[in-house]
Amino acid sequence: MTQRRAALVGNPNAGKSALFNALTGARQKIANYPGVTVERKAGRMTLPGGEVIELTDLPGSYGLNATSPDEEVTRKVILGEFEGEPMPEVLVVVLDASNLEQHLVFAQEVIALGRPTVAALNMMDLAERDGLVVDPLALQEGLGVPVIATVAVRRRGLTELAQAIAVAEDRPAEHHRPHTTLTERRVTAHAIAEAAIVSESSRHRLHAKLDKLFLHPWLGPLILIGLLFVMFQAVFSWATPFADGIEAGIAWLSEQAVQNLPGGVIRDLITEGILAGVGQVVVFLPQILILFFFILAMEASGYMARAAFLMDRLMAGVGLSGRSFIPLLSSFACAIPGIMATRSITDPKDRLTTILVAPLMTCSARLPVYAMIIAAFIPNMKVMGGIGLQGLVLLGLYLFGIVAAMVVALVLRRSVTKGAASGFIMELPKYQMPRLGDLLIALWQRAWIFLRRAGTIIFMVTVVLWLLLSFPRAEPGQNQIDASIAGRLANGLAVVVEPIGFNRDIALSLIPAMAAREVAVSALATSYAVGAGDEEQQAQQLGERLRGKWSLATALAFLAWFVFAPQCMSTIAVTRRETNGWKWPTFMLVYLFGLAYLFAGLTYWTAVWFGLG
Amino acid sequence: MTLDLLPLGQRARIVAVDWSRLVEEEAIRLQALGVDLGATVSLSHRGIFGGRDPLALAIGRMTVALRRAHARAIEVETL
Repeated sequence: MTQRRAALVGNPNAGKSALFNALTGARQKIANYPGVTVERKAGRMTLPGGEVIELTDLPGSYGLNATSPDEEVTRKVILGEFEGEPMPEVLVVVLDASNLEQHLVFAQEVIALGRPTVAALNMMDLAERDGLVVDPLALQEGLGVPVIATVAVRRRGLTELAQAIAVAEDRPAEHHRPHTTLTERRVTAHAIAEAAIVSESSRHRLHAKLDKLFLHPWLGPLILIGLLFVMFQAVFSWATPFADGIEAGIAWLSEQAVQNLPGGVIRDLITEGILAGVGQVVVFLPQILILFFFILAMEASGYMARAAFLMDRLMAGVGLSGRSFIPLLSSFACAIPGIMATRSITDPKDRLTTILVAPLMTCSARLPVYAMIIAAFIPNMKVMGGIGLQGLVLLGLYLFGIVAAMVVALVLRRSVTKGAASGFIMELPKYQMPRLGDLLIALWQRAWIFLRRAGTIIFMVTVVLWLLLSFPRAEPGQNQIDASIAGRLANGLAVVVEPIGFNRDIALSLIPAMAAREVAVSALATSYAVGAGDEEQQAQQLGERLRGKWSLATALAFLAWFVFAPQCMSTIAVTRRETNGWKWPTFMLVYLFGLAYLFAGLTYWTAVWFGLG
Repeated sequence: MTLDLLPLGQRARIVAVDWSRLVEEEAIRLQALGVDLGATVSLSHRGIFGGRDPLALAIGRMTVALRRAHARAIEVETL
């Protein structure tokens, strides 16, 4: 017997994801729907009878009348029109009990399809908090399908829901009934909700109080800035012990390899290639996870939509809307989820502009590069009464990226993505205490994506680079790098980047860094480790090495380069996918490399002029 | 009067919407959120740092953010 399928459908903010997590646990598979770039979340769910079914979490939708690619997927899947995606046998309509009338509008459309349907009356706790008492039985009466009260975040009502899914049956399809209009459904929704809501106290609602604070015209923005400050502070201070632990672990592994393996090419490949290269990148996993933790918590608590509200005015100034804030904030972790998050932007020109400037947000892949150069070249001293100079430089690089993104957006909106001013319409969901387990599941998925990247792309690039650097072997008395294939390739590129103060080693690191920026660090680590004569020199910190070989002007130019350089194959690939062609990724490459060259040059020439060359 | 001029906290009913002033997707989205003839609404927040954009509209049990440009297409009468 083939595995049966069920799908969760409902309005955005119905608590579908929390319910999905509660029903499937951590056994989830995230992929894309074939042919489109909408995320497909599926997991295995065990029914009370022991039967295992596949549960999918369909994108939130306000109705079968789609206005976005996400909603289009939901519509096609539940109508069975999506090629390559079998129609789910059971539909689970998820309703927000605290916002029943609104959610019943779409629910009627789904139920009218006549498919086996179960309704989950979710977020009963929020309804109670708002002083609402809802009667599931009365609702069942009104809707004509089984209604189960659930609180996904507290794991309430899950067994009952699973039971209802197991026995869900076909109902006579109401084909004879003419298709209802939105207004009719709204009137019916009002009547059904009226009958199901037993009592409603006029208690002042918590979310209105919180909004008074978070959307306050003066306090709100200050709170947001404070929160972002804490977030970035946490990224750099909390991550240190974890990063130190990972570093120590890699050093230990490398030592074991040196002691236990016979000397030779294989051992060199493991210690100099794999451990030195991949290790330099995995060290930044703690920072990436902390940043994602904050973003996920802001999203799950409902605060992110408020942040979008607060940022809308500023974004409108450069021709975007508050909706662009979420993708751009995500881009601080990684441009790929950021660019994918632009799907929630309905205006196509807005969306394109956001995609094009997203790579300017300082993603976590740049951190390895920034952190290493700053640690090596910027003195660890306090300026202006106790502010660390290193942190200040890092903040400067972040701000540089943000300002550049804003200026570029402004220019693009007046040239290539010219069009009508964008709109901003967005539901501000209710505040909710996020459940730690849900955050951890999402965090684990992000960590896995990153590690898979580090494990595959970065690993391969590191190994290939090591091979290119190690062969052909140098003659006695000849430098290994000069003799290698990569060394000869870099000599060509070096001519191009020489005017902006880049030496041959940098040119060499830029080649593999096309795959991913952080590879620049591992490439430098690999090339300097290979260049070293003995083990002791090899163990010398990369930072010290750089200080000996680069001028301050070169280091600063290198930093400026990475503010702009679009060196991430995955970003280019995802841009191509999201814009359906090579036109925009090519445009992105050209304009970002152009700016990178220009600003690295300006930085270098200015620094040299000040005598730092 | 149009919705953008409604004082904060004042309840009002939507009496007319000039859908032609809105982009089609925006019109569908607003309707999906319940912004339509007869709906009772009020404004709960307006702008930051003394600006007048965007607006937070209380409708039913929801809060919906929109721009002044949208609100200008919506005619309301106070209750």
